[in-house]
Amino acid sequence: MASLRDVQNQIVGVKKTKQITKAMNMVASAKLRGAQERIERFRPYAQKFYDMLGDLAAGADESVHPLLEVREDIRSVGILVATSDRGLCGAFNSNIINKALKLAAEKAAEGKAVKVYCIGKKGNDAFRKQEYDIKREERDAISSFDFTLAASVGDEIIRDYMAGELDEVHLVFGEFVSMAKQPAVSQQILPMAATEGEGGGDAGDYIYEPSVEGLLAELLPRFIKVQVYRGLLDTSCSEHAARMAAMDNATKACDEMTESLTLLFNKTRQAAITADLMDIVGGAEALKG
Amino acid sequence: MADTVKLEIVTPDRKVLSEDVDYVGAPGAMGEFGILPNHVPFLSALGIGNLYYKLGGKTYYVFVAGGFAEVSHNKCTILAEVAEMAHEIDVDRAQKAADRAGQRAQQTKERLDFARNQAALRRAIARMSCQRAGKDAGTC
Repeated sequence: MASLRDVQNQIVGVKKTKQITKAMNMVASAKLRGAQERIERFRPYAQKFYDMLGDLAAGADESVHPLLEVREDIRSVGILVATSDRGLCGAFNSNIINKALKLAAEKAAEGKAVKVYCIGKKGNDAFRKQEYDIKREERDAISSFDFTLAASVGDEIIRDYMAGELDEVHLVFGEFVSMAKQPAVSQQILPMAATEGEGGGDAGDYIYEPSVEGLLAELLPRFIKVQVYRGLLDTSCSEHAARMAAMDNATKACDEMTESLTLLFNKTRQAAITADLMDIVGGAEALKG
Repeated sequence: MADTVKLEIVTPDRKVLSEDVDYVGAPGAMGEFGILPNHVPFLSALGIGNLYYKLGGKTYYVFVAGGFAEVSHNKCTILAEVAEMAHEIDVDRAQKAADRAGQRAQQTKERLDFARNQAALRRAIARMSCQRAGKDAGTC
């Protein structure tokens, strides 16, 4: 049986852990609020962007842009993995990593070369242990990023795609659905699926400057960046939500442990007192005799 | 017939402006264009420069860099990667950026991304001129 002091030390330790997990929970919730605000601020831009692309595509007559064209012979596949930089957020990162690894394994099994672009330390660490070709590593990126990061990653992907080094690009990230749900999602971003067709009906009357083709050439690459940015925003938001949940669970577990340890402590103490009493009573009895 | 046009300026980071205005002038990729109420549907790429709008006899200036303008149903939407109202512009920073770009242009030894440097210079100059214009118009 554990000694009284051991149990007490354990209780103190668990309580300290609880303080930490509680603090981390609060930090995550504050950060989550910030991340959610960013998503909210980004939403009008993304929405307007979809609308505009829809209007434009409705007016374009099958104008084929390289980014829209599906290549027949797909030899290499790019996977952009967005994970968090830090752990302690439950299964969040491993879900994303597993999804990405599975996708990579599938593509590799089909005989395609897989190239990986990692944003976030956790995904990077996982892919470093694999034999896939890592084209880009962005560590400590998710903690503080802005549109510039998405733009530079987007530019690199587009450049490789145009150069024929990539024939297909997927984005794997943690979608922020709700506080309780952040599934890992993989989405094909290149070649662009026919996202258009939802455009406004009166598109034919538009005046285009410089021209439909010229505008598409400007809009489509930017659309890739918008998607990448969205993936990053979602991942960072999901990360904080996942961490909040994980830390909440940990705090609860600490409470339970403290409770059972306190019970053990009391029992141990009681046993010690009983033993002492027995000694005293036994001694007194002996003196009497 | 409406007598104002709704101007909305959004960037990936925020919604910069949403207001009913009398007139919008914007730096299109092929030169400046003006939008009055009841303009026909119109879609254009934007260059680097000053966007301005008129409201109640005053002219307000906004710096924009790269993006698109869409006009339809009396609504003018500006999607820009960067947009700053004249009073938000940090002139010192723009001045420093302009100086840096100027210096880089001088050092021909270095391998220089000329287009990029020039874009940086143009942005800095446009920022400064935007604020000056805003100050002159008394709306900054």
